[in-house]
Amino acid sequence: MKKWLPLMIAALFAAWFLGGFQAPKPKDGFNIAGFGRLPVLLDGRIQPMDSVARNSLLSISGRSIVRLTNGPPLSALEWLMETMTRPEQADQLKIFRVQHPDLEGLLGTEKIGLEYYSINDLTNQFDSIADQARKLLQSEEGIADRVKLRTPFQKDLMHLYNSVELYARLKSSLEPQGTRDFARELQVYEASIGPGRAALTNSQQGKPADDEAMQRIAAFFKRYTTLSEMAYPMIIPPLPGQSRQDWRNIGTDLMETLRSGQMHPAATNYAAMADAYHSNNPAQFNHALAAYRVWMQENELYPALKKGSREFFFNQIEPFYKSMVIYVAALLLGCIFWINLSEPVRRTGFALLVLAFVIHSLGLGFRMFLEGRPPVTNLYSSAIFIGWGACLFGILLERIFKGGIGLVVAGFIGFSTLIIAHHLALSGDTMEMLQAVLDTNLWLATHVVVVTSGYASMFVAGILAIIYVVRGFFTSTLTPDVAKTLSRMVYGIVCFATLFSFVGTILGGIWADQSWGRFWGWDPKENGALLIVLWNALILHARWGGMIRERGLMAMAVFGNIITSFSWFGVNMLGIGLHSYGFMDKAFPWLVGFDISQVLLVVLALMPLRFWASFKAPASPAPPAGPSLPAPSAIAM
Amino acid sequence: MVDRFISFFTSLRLTVACLALALVLVFAGTLAQVQIGLYAAQSEYFRSFFVYWTPNGTHWKIPFLPGGWLIGLVLLVNLLAAHIKRFQLSRKKIGIILIHAGLILLLGGQFLTELFQVESQMRIQVGDSANYSESPRKNELAVIDTTDPDKDRVVAIPESIVAKGGEIRTPGLPFALRVEKYFPNAAPAGPMTGDPEKIKAADGIGRQLMFSPRPITHTMDDVDLPAALVQAVSDKGPIGEWIVSPRLTRFPANVQLQEQLDSIMPDVKITAPQTFAFNGRTYEIAMRQVRYYKPYTIKLLAFNHDLYLGTDVPKNFSSKIHLTDPSTGDDRDILIYMNNPLRYHGETFYQASFEPGDKVSILQVVRNPVSLAPYIACSLVALGLVTQFLMHLFAFARRRAQQAKPLPPRKAPATPVREPALANGKGRRL
Repeated sequence: MKKWLPLMIAALFAAWFLGGFQAPKPKDGFNIAGFGRLPVLLDGRIQPMDSVARNSLLSISGRSIVRLTNGPPLSALEWLMETMTRPEQADQLKIFRVQHPDLEGLLGTEKIGLEYYSINDLTNQFDSIADQARKLLQSEEGIADRVKLRTPFQKDLMHLYNSVELYARLKSSLEPQGTRDFARELQVYEASIGPGRAALTNSQQGKPADDEAMQRIAAFFKRYTTLSEMAYPMIIPPLPGQSRQDWRNIGTDLMETLRSGQMHPAATNYAAMADAYHSNNPAQFNHALAAYRVWMQENELYPALKKGSREFFFNQIEPFYKSMVIYVAALLLGCIFWINLSEPVRRTGFALLVLAFVIHSLGLGFRMFLEGRPPVTNLYSSAIFIGWGACLFGILLERIFKGGIGLVVAGFIGFSTLIIAHHLALSGDTMEMLQAVLDTNLWLATHVVVVTSGYASMFVAGILAIIYVVRGFFTSTLTPDVAKTLSRMVYGIVCFATLFSFVGTILGGIWADQSWGRFWGWDPKENGALLIVLWNALILHARWGGMIRERGLMAMAVFGNIITSFSWFGVNMLGIGLHSYGFMDKAFPWLVGFDISQVLLVVLALMPLRFWASFKAPASPAPPAGPSLPAPSAIAM
Repeated sequence: MVDRFISFFTSLRLTVACLALALVLVFAGTLAQVQIGLYAAQSEYFRSFFVYWTPNGTHWKIPFLPGGWLIGLVLLVNLLAAHIKRFQLSRKKIGIILIHAGLILLLGGQFLTELFQVESQMRIQVGDSANYSESPRKNELAVIDTTDPDKDRVVAIPESIVAKGGEIRTPGLPFALRVEKYFPNAAPAGPMTGDPEKIKAADGIGRQLMFSPRPITHTMDDVDLPAALVQAVSDKGPIGEWIVSPRLTRFPANVQLQEQLDSIMPDVKITAPQTFAFNGRTYEIAMRQVRYYKPYTIKLLAFNHDLYLGTDVPKNFSSKIHLTDPSTGDDRDILIYMNNPLRYHGETFYQASFEPGDKVSILQVVRNPVSLAPYIACSLVALGLVTQFLMHLFAFARRRAQQAKPLPPRKAPATPVREPALANGKGRRL
């Protein structure tokens, strides 16, 4: 039994993951999943409707579901359907996140601590919010780093303002907001184009013209011009023979119809879907959806359909969320093992770690496949990749040394980096298109991957050192053997980190030489990478020179966390330099907090040994075996 | 004494100290960019021997950090000295030797790059040609003999000489130039503005347009635009006096200035050359960006700036050019785009920028005689690191294979560790 327990527990978690492979069931008979798979073009790339829903909802509310007071929560996709076709219902959903107390005050709410509002809650105050936001934007005109200078209140204000705007655009993405019978409207529109155009021509040539026909077409034109300015994703695909990039939003397409005289089949089908959803007619909805899919397949849009389905599947299986949960489980088991030293616990933890790693790898691989890119393309994916690399290290360490250390390191870093990634995802599409200078798979695959691996190994060394300090200072579990093992691990991984960061930095220099014409320009991101290289060189030389020993090594490795986090995040917060495409500022307090915690750990590491729980016990013989200098022959110089 | 000197320069402690100082310097130099901009931070922190601190309200220069050149130099000496002193060729040391040889080449190469690299920009409008590139920061006082309609003869005087003031005599000119006033950064001033110091000239544009000094800027995007009042003097007496400034010649500052003037003084055309005649020849005088003339011509056929559909994210920038070089017979079309520069005649042309409207492309032109150094250096270091790493890994694997049980204590010095762990080792030398 005991032998099989680890595998059984891992199998349970695996089953939980595989459960996500199942397509969601139709809701009230509507084939919502089918709608979620439909490809649209947004932010320069083809993505499923589901991604539009998730990214929009995440950026508006910070969540991927909408909680309801009565009944089960709405998925992002269901929320989008409501928003696009039943705005009167959607207007009641509490999705707008307000955090700053002053903003709550501005909204005039009495309820303290209420974080989410519906658009109906905001209606009365929205004019004053918009007014404030416009004033802020005016005052910022011409200031380069204006976003950085905003106060927390202003940031929250602008977030709310932008969210309301995004929401309004989504409401007008499928049909003009509040339309009852869109399919009928389109029929009338199509029928009035011919007479309207004829009347227009006549009037231009001075012949008698049908005024009514002209006015009707003018009214449509006005209506769709407004729609084209509001509609958000481009839902109308190119017709056969047109450029594959030639997607349009519904408003632009209907204006184009005026010229062509032909209603686009996609518009007709979307109108039918919108009406069916609005009037709660699942059969008609599913029929129009199926018809549209068939039309797409027959009209050179199979690749887009495929892309939509794949990304929908990727969204559905949530590999990063699920591996994050499993990492936590592995981390906990690793900690439990240190307390009770039960081998089955460790083996269960290890099995879970491997499972989490497999799921993590699947997610990473799937993302690369979807994007057609190397693993790291932005800050979000760098977090995913650092977690992945660190987990790989953890598995290797655990396999070689056993003792739960690898479990804790991998579990901890895997979990933390995925949490960081989750928060980075709040700012929008994580598969966004790349700036021109980054559009090169060669350098993304080499420089970026190697540098990011360097970050990963730095964090692994840093966390190992933290384990040394925390276990040694607060518990008596840091036996000389464990201390020695940790010391070797840290030393080995610092060597790894040196290799990666140096090679990565240099590759970056070569890339810069290729694209900007200089190998090295003292740009903040370059300097950040250089700091890591220098710090590693410093650790290694100080150790070879006998200037530091075990605890010195640990203190320096912990401090390495600060340097790495500065290089990874900190330099982006300076808001200057050529690499500012990874800009983010919300994380600043977190970074400062992290750095303070690391400084405290360094201080702990440097405390005299008599304060260390593991070293003061009279039972333990000489404190950890002497400085474990590697054989001189191997390291001299 | 000599022994101590040698042991100082070959010691590992010096290496560690340099690395630590370099770390502080890079960190400080990065943060400083927020305040003083990239360009100033580069010259104050990295391209210097000392970093100075000037307390507010004083003119003191107190060095508080060694600069990039000093640290680099000491590290280089340290590396070389240590290797010369202890050089021994053995299989086990091959990785270490490769790494440090690469580092020496890298440091040396960067040093030479800082000294010899020339960066300039070529700004071409679609359909136009250019046979020179311009320095983004350096200016020159140019006196151009335009008498011959086919060929201009240019005498260029670097701004640094103009800045010194006084009289400038050069064999290329039959007259002397007297710098009567020079402002390192200047802007046009109206007759009504209350600037305490203003220059006005007897000839040329300076009769209508006055200039007054401005504080020197530091940021990456702003450049200093100087102005000078220059008099041409022959043996027989003064020929004339003009105000020269890149404000009048440099794009886009000149266009902006012209737009401002159009509403006040519509008859003033600042781009019109300031000319004068002397001894039957016609001369033009101007202060402009330093020009680097090429023996070939580049014509911009097309500039493309693609965005991803429905976004402002640039997908690609590219310039299609035609290169004509009479000296080599080159006569061909070339496409320059991001990450794909043109290398020609020891210079490299990069797609650097463009101007709004997508009609003007700006190419960055870099001449760096040691551009190969980092490539070789990096290959050496990477090779060394991999060698070293693999040797460790094999040794580790062999040990583990030999000893199935936990690792036995390695022969370690018997010193107890009950001593401060940091900065107290015996300082084992290389």
